[in-house]
Amino acid sequence: MNISLLLQMAADAEPDRIGLVCDGRRWSYSALWRAAHGAAAAIKTAGCSHVGLLDESSEAAAIALFGAALAGVPYVPLNYRLADADLAALLQRIAPAYLIGDVARVQRLNPDQGHKTVSRSEFVAEAERLGAEAGEAEEHGESIAVQIFTSGTTAAPKAALLRHGNLLSYILGTVEFASADAAEGALVCVPPYHIAGIAALMSSIYAMRKIVLLPAFDPDAWLNLASGERVSNAFVVPTMLARIIARMDAGLRPDLSGLQALAYGGGRMPLELIERALELFPATGFTNAYGLTETSSTIALLGPEDHRNAQRSQDPAVRARLASVGKPLPTIELQIRDEEGRVLPAGERGEIYVRGEQVSGEYKERKALDAEGWFPTRDAGYLDAEGYLFLAGRADDVIVRGGENISPGEIEDVLMTHPAIADAAAVAVPSVEWGEAVGIAIALKPEQPRPSDEELRNLIKNRLRSSRVPEKIAVLPALPYNEMGKLLRREVKKVFAS
Amino acid sequence: MKPGIKLKSTVCDTEVMVIRGSNVVVECGGAPMSEKPGERGTLNPGFAEGSKIGKRYVDSAGNIELLCVKAGQGSLSIAGAPLQLKEAKPLPSSD
Repeated sequence: MNISLLLQMAADAEPDRIGLVCDGRRWSYSALWRAAHGAAAAIKTAGCSHVGLLDESSEAAAIALFGAALAGVPYVPLNYRLADADLAALLQRIAPAYLIGDVARVQRLNPDQGHKTVSRSEFVAEAERLGAEAGEAEEHGESIAVQIFTSGTTAAPKAALLRHGNLLSYILGTVEFASADAAEGALVCVPPYHIAGIAALMSSIYAMRKIVLLPAFDPDAWLNLASGERVSNAFVVPTMLARIIARMDAGLRPDLSGLQALAYGGGRMPLELIERALELFPATGFTNAYGLTETSSTIALLGPEDHRNAQRSQDPAVRARLASVGKPLPTIELQIRDEEGRVLPAGERGEIYVRGEQVSGEYKERKALDAEGWFPTRDAGYLDAEGYLFLAGRADDVIVRGGENISPGEIEDVLMTHPAIADAAAVAVPSVEWGEAVGIAIALKPEQPRPSDEELRNLIKNRLRSSRVPEKIAVLPALPYNEMGKLLRREVKKVFAS
Repeated sequence: MKPGIKLKSTVCDTEVMVIRGSNVVVECGGAPMSEKPGERGTLNPGFAEGSKIGKRYVDSAGNIELLCVKAGQGSLSIAGAPLQLKEAKPLPSSD
């Protein structure tokens, strides 16, 4: 099995159809396929252990992904937003690598490691030149297709490994080949080093839906490109959607009538934001996707009908589903387990476990699957009576106060009902008496008075229980997020440590 | 054969990847398929309805599932029994 099969099939079925658009240049499936072969030849000649990408999204990401697959070398897209010291450590871990993108930065941060460095334009030109004469590549067995360093919101980055079999199972299990017509286009604006960016390339190519790349997200650029290319599909993380909607509410309203499907994921979606989006895009189908790097992207989704049913319903249980991540994919198994590993019934909160061919659960350092092949996601959640999955934070984020488990989400939801509060986070703070206690950090809406500590404590005490009442309270200008919209709880904890 | 293996027709361009099932002989165009086909034989007109790229083919018992990865003139069978086209259950695009 090799993920290059996806591009091969598209190039075989309709070689001249446009598969990718970036910075005004249009690539047919056969042009991408030839370039992938050229890239494979260049990668093999370099004799490196990894293929790294240190760059924004461009055609080079697609060519490198499939070129590395054809060469049988793991593809490692790197986060160019990392600080120098963090990036240098990752470069060290993949040496010697064939590195595409920011040549000067690699040479400055990690010299003398045998890296072969090429700029984006050099790489693409070389891939096209060699691809014109390259023969068919041979198959490589169950090797590693992609290595992604996890974002490390709680600890140092882990090298998650995705094998060809994992990624191919995901695509073949969720996408129908050539199901898109030639007019359709998917706007891809997630960074290339995120699993959603990799999955977007593969699923769009297999569906034969033209990829419209936006190298760096900006709400105005997104709106104009979506309108100009008449895109039919797009994927955004919640923070991107918030910025798009803010611009639309401020009056930037290009024609987006071609947008049939808008998928989102990668972080918690605020209820008021998705409700506003459903109003602004009444004819668009919304899909909430939940997945992890270690599961080759999506494992559960809430589809367009579920969104509209929830939006229309008076039934609180159905309305609540707007905050759910939907039902597990038919190709995977999902369980909620307690700390002793017992499977929990509907309605009870525990840790989410998944099993299936797309689930790798494998790191360079260790394999996280249990003996029966189940992967502990470290995400907490519960299933409702109809099988809809609700997330309840990271299992590691649970605050254990005197033996009682407290989910940060329940406290945050109550705080968010306060009219002055724009954002809220609850974290564990050390407590001599209880082991851990609750600390809350809030950010205020503009020009709102700071609620007193007593007011906040009473709010939580009246709505929840006294054990949830915060011992420590901090007011911050804004809460810390990473660029994918994930709250950095370790940074919030640092506020209370100092 | 086993999941993940690619089989090629010996009488046409058809190629399939095994999704489910093992240890059966799959035929295309009336002749056994092979991982490394040799000389090309002739297509049996009784198995010439064609195989379509991207489509899934299953046996009546549901034990075998193949994905056609390259189209060809021959149609697929096991022990002379034609394989059936599997209906797709589309999921909304999530990436």
